Amino acid sequence: MPDPSAQTGSTSVSLWRRVTNQGATIFAVVTAIVVILPLLAIFAYLVFKGIGSVNIAFLTQTPKPPGETGGGMANAIVGTGLILLVASAIGLPLGIGAGIYLAEYGRNRFGDVIRFTADVLNGVPSIVIGIAAYSLVVVPQKHFSAFSGGVALGIMMIPTVARATEEMLLMVPNVVREAAYGLGIPKWRTTLSISLRTASAGVITGCMLAFARVAGETAPLLFTAFGNQFWNLKLNQPTAALSLQVFTYAISPYDDWHKQAWAGALILIVLIVGAVAAVRISTSRGKLKGVG
Amino acid sequence: MPDNVDPMNPPEPLGKLQRSVTAMPPLAQMDQTRKPGQGSAVLQKIRSSQPRSSRIPDATFRVLIALTAVSVFVVVLLVVWELIDKSRLSLHQFGISFFYGHDWDPVNGNFGAMPFIYGTLVSSFLALLLSVPLSIGVAVYITEMCPIRLRAILSFLVELLAAIPSVIYGLWGIFVLAPLLREYVEPFLARTLGWTGFFTGPMYGLGMLAAGIIMAIMVVPVIASITREVMTAVPQNQREAVLALGATRWEMIRMGVLRNARIGIVGGIILGLGRALGETMAVTMVIGNRPEVAKSLFAPGYTMASVIANEFTEATGDLYLSALVEIGLALFIVTLIVNALARLLVWSITGGTPRASA
Repeated sequence: MPDPSAQTGSTSVSLWRRVTNQGATIFAVVTAIVVILPLLAIFAYLVFKGIGSVNIAFLTQTPKPPGETGGGMANAIVGTGLILLVASAIGLPLGIGAGIYLAEYGRNRFGDVIRFTADVLNGVPSIVIGIAAYSLVVVPQKHFSAFSGGVALGIMMIPTVARATEEMLLMVPNVVREAAYGLGIPKWRTTLSISLRTASAGVITGCMLAFARVAGETAPLLFTAFGNQFWNLKLNQPTAALSLQVFTYAISPYDDWHKQAWAGALILIVLIVGAVAAVRISTSRGKLKGVG
Repeated sequence: MPDNVDPMNPPEPLGKLQRSVTAMPPLAQMDQTRKPGQGSAVLQKIRSSQPRSSRIPDATFRVLIALTAVSVFVVVLLVVWELIDKSRLSLHQFGISFFYGHDWDPVNGNFGAMPFIYGTLVSSFLALLLSVPLSIGVAVYITEMCPIRLRAILSFLVELLAAIPSVIYGLWGIFVLAPLLREYVEPFLARTLGWTGFFTGPMYGLGMLAAGIIMAIMVVPVIASITREVMTAVPQNQREAVLALGATRWEMIRMGVLRNARIGIVGGIILGLGRALGETMAVTMVIGNRPEVAKSLFAPGYTMASVIANEFTEATGDLYLSALVEIGLALFIVTLIVNALARLLVWSITGGTPRASA
């Protein structure tokens, strides 16, 4: 791009045009600063307020009753892991499958319907997904459970994973498929072992982003996983989750719980930013295997 | 970027896709116009000459994969069905008056959703008012102005805003933003703009204003990323043409880029609105949760999403629960319309290129 400053410097450009040009530049710089500022502030507060309360007890103990100091969120950390495991078991296969369908078979009316439905699902507020999971799983089961929380988060993962998989598969050049067919490899094998494998880095990126997106979700867990002050490893029992615990502690009136909320939030953000950063580093090395 | 692009009909691969396609060796360039699902003549020929034995596994695979695709559809249908089924009681009892009734009285079984609809609309509108200029500014800065080295870092940071969980925004809102508003911002606003009636009354910190600000921060990455996407979709020669006519950089951005991308930007704003309408946790934590219709932005309010979050597990009685689900149904329908509209607008600019909707 030619350097615009060469033109703004010339005398033929009127003063008004120069001023608006400068004004627009300054406005854009200021907006960038204003947008980044809260991000830095949030991270700074998380570290300063959270780091003091992250200790061995926090990571290994269950919550103490209000009034007693100490205790931790070990059960919530494990609970979040359990719920995310269920969510991944539901969201990843369905999402990747739907993505394969859209890319390899979906260039038709039906594919467009699925594509649109996935976008609709992506836009549904998480609290509404929570209501649906409550009606579908909690009501028939008659009690809150880790499983129902996993179902809610799994549903939320599907559209992100599906669209990412589709996008990545479409980037695989057709000659790669044709080469496989030319060797007599059937289509299903080509799709799984050639196309999907070539696009695997990008597909994993999509999965990680979906994972990071649901890892901090709270609203759909309020009336599915429900929360629990004690250890629970059973899928059909109410389970604590990190995000739920942060919420409960943040709106409580106890100072000690506020400190723990910051610590929980710090752990949560480390988990999520870790996933996003891992994705960033891996994608900077090229999205397609073998070609790129 | 290739120079021979028709400005009216940008080619299929755009944005991210285009960059990586052009980065590929010649092998990939041969084939960038064809999509795998369409099947070339060569492909058809090769497929039909394949041995019969591979047809059965192929058909099975196709059915299995199609089933996962259908499951997306089924999930959405199930969600809709459950919402309608569970809200039936309230739909029958109150009919349309549910949406303009002011009373939310669980004790006497009287439910009107007006205060929540008002809270959702006002807080979302406030969020858009603050975030639209910010997001367009930051998108313009990233795509058109900033040094190449800064570009990757900045776009990563803006993306990171979207990765922060809602509950953490809420936590920060309660303990950092709300005291800040109470001590400094709200007294200042009351002094200077108190006469408008929007900034009067007791200053709690927590309230409509706090909700709008927190939500604005959360919506910025949504609008900014769509704006960047549609701005990147504007062909480079549009910019060069405007510059060649002697335009300044801002005139180039205004005439060459923003004008071409405006429909997509509107789409991005509407998508941001969809996000704001459904936002739950952060808002619940800072809005004050009082079902009132107040003109002042300092006053506490309540939104549709937060009333569900707060009262769903405590709802005693079928009618109470049903009324809450009906609010959920209304929220679903509104976000559905808003998102569909936004998608159509964005697609009209980017040509329907699939993108990861993260």
